[in-house]
Order: sequence, then structure tokens, then C-alpha cells
Amino acid sequence: MKVLANWSVRIGGAALLVLVLVAAAAPWLGTVDPTLFDAASRDLRPGEAGEVTTLEGETIRHVFLMGSDSFGRDIYSRVLYGARVSLVVGISAALVALFFGVLLGLAAGYVRALDGPLMRVMDGIMAIPAILIAIALVALWRATLPTVIFAIAIPEIPRVARLVRALALSIREEPYVEAAVALGTPAARIMFSHILPNCVAPLLVQATYTCAFAILLEAILSFLGVGLSPDIPTWGNIMAEGRVQFVAYPHNVFFPGVFLAVTVLAVNILGDGLRDTLDPKMAKRV
Amino acid sequence: MSTLRIQDLTVRLPPGGDRADAVSKVSFSVEKQEILCLVGESGSGKSVIAQAVMGLLPNTLPVASGKIFLEEEELTRASERRLRGLRGAHMAMVFQEPMTALNPVMRCAAQIDEVLREHTGLAPAARRARTLEIIREVALPDPERMLESYPHQLSGGQRQRIMIAMALVLEPALLIADEPTTALDVTTQAQILKLIVELQRRHGMGVLFITHDFGVVAEIAHRVAVLREGRLAELGAKLDVLLRPRDEYTRMLIKAVPTLQPHARDADASAPLVLQTTRLSKTYRGSGWLSRKRVVEAASEVSIEVRKGQTLGIVGESGSGKSTLARCIVRLIEPSGGEIRLGGVDLARLPPRALRPLRRRVQIVFQDPYRSLNPRRTVGEALIEGPVNYGVPRAAALERASRLMELVRMDPGALGRYPHQFSGGQRQRICIARALALDPELLVADEAVSALDVSVQAQVLALLDEVRLRFALAMLFITHDLRVAARVCDHVAVMQRGRIVECGPVREIFREPRHEYTRALFAAAPGRDFAFGG
Repeated sequence: MKVLANWSVRIGGAALLVLVLVAAAAPWLGTVDPTLFDAASRDLRPGEAGEVTTLEGETIRHVFLMGSDSFGRDIYSRVLYGARVSLVVGISAALVALFFGVLLGLAAGYVRALDGPLMRVMDGIMAIPAILIAIALVALWRATLPTVIFAIAIPEIPRVARLVRALALSIREEPYVEAAVALGTPAARIMFSHILPNCVAPLLVQATYTCAFAILLEAILSFLGVGLSPDIPTWGNIMAEGRVQFVAYPHNVFFPGVFLAVTVLAVNILGDGLRDTLDPKMAKRV
Repeated sequence: MSTLRIQDLTVRLPPGGDRADAVSKVSFSVEKQEILCLVGESGSGKSVIAQAVMGLLPNTLPVASGKIFLEEEELTRASERRLRGLRGAHMAMVFQEPMTALNPVMRCAAQIDEVLREHTGLAPAARRARTLEIIREVALPDPERMLESYPHQLSGGQRQRIMIAMALVLEPALLIADEPTTALDVTTQAQILKLIVELQRRHGMGVLFITHDFGVVAEIAHRVAVLREGRLAELGAKLDVLLRPRDEYTRMLIKAVPTLQPHARDADASAPLVLQTTRLSKTYRGSGWLSRKRVVEAASEVSIEVRKGQTLGIVGESGSGKSTLARCIVRLIEPSGGEIRLGGVDLARLPPRALRPLRRRVQIVFQDPYRSLNPRRTVGEALIEGPVNYGVPRAAALERASRLMELVRMDPGALGRYPHQFSGGQRQRICIARALALDPELLVADEAVSALDVSVQAQVLALLDEVRLRFALAMLFITHDLRVAARVCDHVAVMQRGRIVECGPVREIFREPRHEYTRALFAAAPGRDFAFGG
């Protein structure tokens, strides 16, 4: 396939695949329960050995590959489990934004009367910084995984809606859509079986960017202390916890930071590759 | 000394194409004071030859062998720097689409001035004088105003004149014109052709004129070269090639060009009326919120009739409102006034819900076969869409689709394939099959054969004729091409600026056009003195 021949797609996709596998296989990669702490093993440096007490009261020897934090929790375990949260939030937020964005965009692009009102609401949402909306929504709902996902997805909806609307506006003028109208095809079927399939390529590209941004935004929310509760291992939480002692123990921030950067980079490289192969006209312009 | 001499030119196509070479072993020359027409269907390699001469071939199409000489200087060996010097000064090119060939953010004066500044050491005042002189020479009205205009402020014909002025300002020895009139209306085309012939004579240039239209060839060529799939099929003097073609392919091409002689069949005046419009109008109003309101009458008070089994042709130039009329009748746009009677029911005012059951009775085939089929859906899905919309079970619809494919001479096994796997002509057949799937009473063909090569066009026209007879279809045939109209229509209505200026049986209109505009259209039809076809 043409898409898989692209090196950006290969590299970004492979990096992402490795991350997904690591996140899924976290329990079998020499990790301990990421919420376990032991006062005796506080602030260990990467590679140092220490002890961890399990919930059953058992004490086991453990090598802290990436060191430990000020509660004596294993950073390595927390980073690996944190990948789960980041990927789940990133992908789910992208899907949620895509779902609502597509519905609103198609409606605005195909039903003339809805275009004005819907797009003015979208403009309104876009006028407020995404992070502010997310913080406000999380504050309103209490921070659980689904609420964080929605809080991150909502500010992204207008971007998807705008894209779909623009595509729908041009595709609706294509003769094959007019032919479908002449064939008596109802409006809903025209939107979903003629217009939407022709939006897939640019949407896929947009989805990767939304995903990368969502992962970043989740880390920011956690870092600011308004995201998921601090005992849940997320990269943002780990960094927030390590921030205070950053000068003495930089590994607390460094390792989750590297994972975050690599993940976002991988998703963006994948997106660029998809854009180059699926949407060559765009690639030349940008 | 020939102005241009091409020897055994071969240009490779990237691997995986439908053939190995874009152009293979082509040799011909353009002499001084000569117009050589390079004719061929799409994909024959005409434009590749032009680009090779100009040194503008993309890297993916390398010149594999052969030589090109411009006034005995070998271009195939010239450096990029030397080529830059030659382009404009010794050889110049005019393209098909003047809107995209001109820079939209530069005034015309600046664009011509740029050519002079690059190639001559003239002072600004002298350049300005030369610019004005060349603008006068291409017979543009009000030269001062033209020069201060941006391309979008000019008409298509005026833009093409600016392009020609730009090409000729340095008096090149060779002018390459790549389908320069294809995007223009027939009356404008006639003027531009006349201008090119005039300028060629006055300056003694050699002209390499690329076209797909044998009418244009008949109008301006001295000699003709016919290309087929990258090979030279025939080369000779105009009259020899047009009247006594030696090559089989050339004969087929010339035979496929419809004549301006209308066919001889008689239309039955008592056949039942299928479509009747009365004073049908479509007015576009620009919503002037802060600016002045703009009102455009795209179609005004159009009254036409189409009878069962007969074809009414709507003939006119671009902007005459013929497509607007077609789209009103299919109710793709809302008419602003008048009636559209289809078997006694007025469609013009029906709300969408009441209209839906009636939609199946009017179907449409569009111009562009590449955009008329959804690229993401198979041919089968396209063909069953209509029947399924009206409650036919999928299996029955698919079976009917197979029969329709046979009817339009396509393999029913191709139902599972996607549109991109078919050629333009095949796609147009599929579009016709899709329209027929609903058993319509009226088929609207909106420039349905205009984008097709002449040989394919002849086949599609024959197919349309066949289905009209077989299903006793009433057909509304929109075209800008009088030859096509002569071939298929029983009656013809000529449209100009949204109005029908003349309407009647095809033979009467072609024998003695009464309206001045109709007469102008006939006078402009290229190659009208040649009896093409068979």
C-alpha cells in the first residue's frame, strides 16, 4: 500500500506501536504497582536498588530503573502505566472530537440554514483558549477519566467541524452529489454515504494532530493539578510531583518528559506522513 | 533553415505507466512562416513535445534520445541558463488556460514589462512604449486601461490576447500554442485564431499549434502532424491529411468529427409532450448587505418543449444560461419563476417531499466524467443507488444493473470496481447507465460529450441515440458544439444571455439561421467549410 511505503508513516507508526505495546504489557515489564510507596525508598536515583512494600505487607527488593519520587514510588512503573492514561486520553479525545465535529460539520456544510448558527457557536468556542475551557469543564464535573477526555475533546470539536464543513461545502457541488440528488437520495444518506467517505483522508490527518494535542493537554492539566487525581500515574502528575525537587532530582521530570515528547512527536510524524500520502495537494502547500 | 527541427525524439514515461514512452521517435520540423498543427487525442503526447522544446519537462519525464534544434541550435544540449535566454526571446509559448498562466496579483503591464526587463536592456520609457505597441498589435481595445488591469478584470479572450502579447513582445522565431482556444467560446476562438494567423504572417514566425480539434486544424494549419500514443501517425500538408488521410487512425479521427450537416430524420410533431417549460426564470441576487445589490438573470422566461423520443438541443456559449436551465429542470436549483410541466405536473413549485417521487422521471448526465461518479463507491453501488432509493430490493437492483452495463457495452463483471479504474468514455457510459436505472422519461445531457476525445465522443453519441430510440426517451441536450447538435438534435434552441433567441427544427436553423447571434455562431464554427464525418 502507498501509505505504508512512506517513511514518516513507518517511523511514526512504529514508535507509536511500540508505545502501545509497552503500555499494554506494563505489568510484565519488571514493574511494580505504580501506586505503592515506601518511605525507605524515597528519592532514589536511577538504577539504585531499594525496597517496596506491597499491599499485603510483603517487602520486596526492587531496582528503581528511573529512580523514585519523594513518596518512594517507582518512576519506571509510573511512567509505563502513565502511557496507558496518555494513549487512552489521546485516542479517545480524538475520537470524541471527530464524532461531534463530523456531525456538526456535515450539518453546517450541507444544510444551509444551520451553517450560520452552528459555525458562530464554533467560532465562539475557538475564541477561548483550549486549556481554559478544559480547566473550567474539569472543575465543573470532577476529574475522572471520561470527564477529562470530554474536557479535552470539546475545545477540539470546532477545528474538526470547520474542516468537515469546508470539505462538505466543496463536495456538495460535485456532480456526483448532484446526480445523487437527482436519483432521489435523501439528505442524510447523501451526507453519510457520499460526502463523509470523501472526507476520510483529511480527517485522518486531522485526527492525528488532535490526538497529539490531547495527549499534551492531558499532561498540562495533570501538571497544573486540575487533571486526574495525583495518585493516578499520568505523565503530567509525575512531572508535577517532581517539579519541586527538580534541581536535586531531575529524573522525576526527565523520564516522563521524554516519553511525552516522543509520543507527541511520533503521532505528529505519523500525521505528516499520512498527509503526504493521502493529501498530496496539501503537502505541497504546507 | 527550419525554425524548429525535431529528430527522433523519445521521452520516457515513469515505469508503471500504460506505455514505456510518452513520445517515441517523433521527427518533424516547423519551417519559417509556417503553422504546423500537432493533433492528437488526450494522452497522445502533444503537450510533452511542447514542454520538451521549451525545456520545461518535469524531472519524471526525461528525454531519452533524439535531438531538438531551434534555428540550428541544439536545445537538447543547451544549459539551463542558455534555455532561459532562449525562452521568450527566441521561442515563446501560449497556454490553454490564460487565467492560470497569468499572475493574478500583477497588473498586465507589469507582466509584459517583466519579459522585456529580463531579456533586453531597454530603459523603462522604451519598455513602456514597446508594451503599448504590442498591446495594440493584439488588437485589445483601450490599451492604456488593459495594461492597468489585473487578469481577473479581463474576459477570457482578452486574457488570451495578453498572453499572446507577452509571448510575442520579443519577436520570437517560434511560437508554441498549446490548445490556446480550447477554454474559449467559439466566437472568441474564431477571433483568436484569426489573430494568431495574422501575427504569424506579419512576423514570419513558425508556429507549432497543438490542438485536439480538427475544425481548428482546417481553419489555420499549413501542415498537420497526427500523434497517436506518442508516435507520429501521419505528417503532411493540410489538405492531404484532411481530405486524403493515408493512415488508418487519422481516417478514423476525421470520420469521428460530426459534420455541420444536420441528420435527415423527421421529428414526429404529434408525439406526446414530455416536458414543457413556460417562462421559466432563474434570477440570482447577490445579498448586498453593505454593497450594492447585484441581480443576475441567469435564465429568463425560457419556454421550451420536448416530446417523447425526441431531442431538443440547447446551444449557446458559456454564461448563456443553458446549464442553469438544465439544473432548474432537474430541480438541482430552485427556479425563481415560471412553470416546469412534466406530464401535466408543475415541478417548479413542488416542495421537496412532493418532488421526491417525481425525481425519478428526470435524470441528468454531466459533463465531467471524472467528477460524476463518487470515487469512494463502486460502480455497482452507483447503479443501484436510484432504484434502492425507490424501494427496489438490492438483489433485484443489482441484477438490473448488470443488464444496464450490457446495454452501455460494459462488462457486467466490472460492477465491483471503482470509477478510477475506467477511462473517461467508460465512466460516461456508466453515468448514462446510472441515469437509465430509474427508467426516466426525460434525460438531460449537460455537455455530456464535451470533455471526451472525438473518437470516444462519437461512440457516446451513438449510445445516447440508441437509448433514446430504445426507451423512447425525451432528451434535453445541452451543448456549445454546433457539430454535436447537428448530429443528435431534432429541435434546437439557441440561448444568449439567459434568453432563447431562436428555436426550431434543426434543419431549418442550420439551413437558414434567422437571428444575428445564431449566424455569428455558425460563422465562428471552425472548419465549417470542411465536410468531416462519414
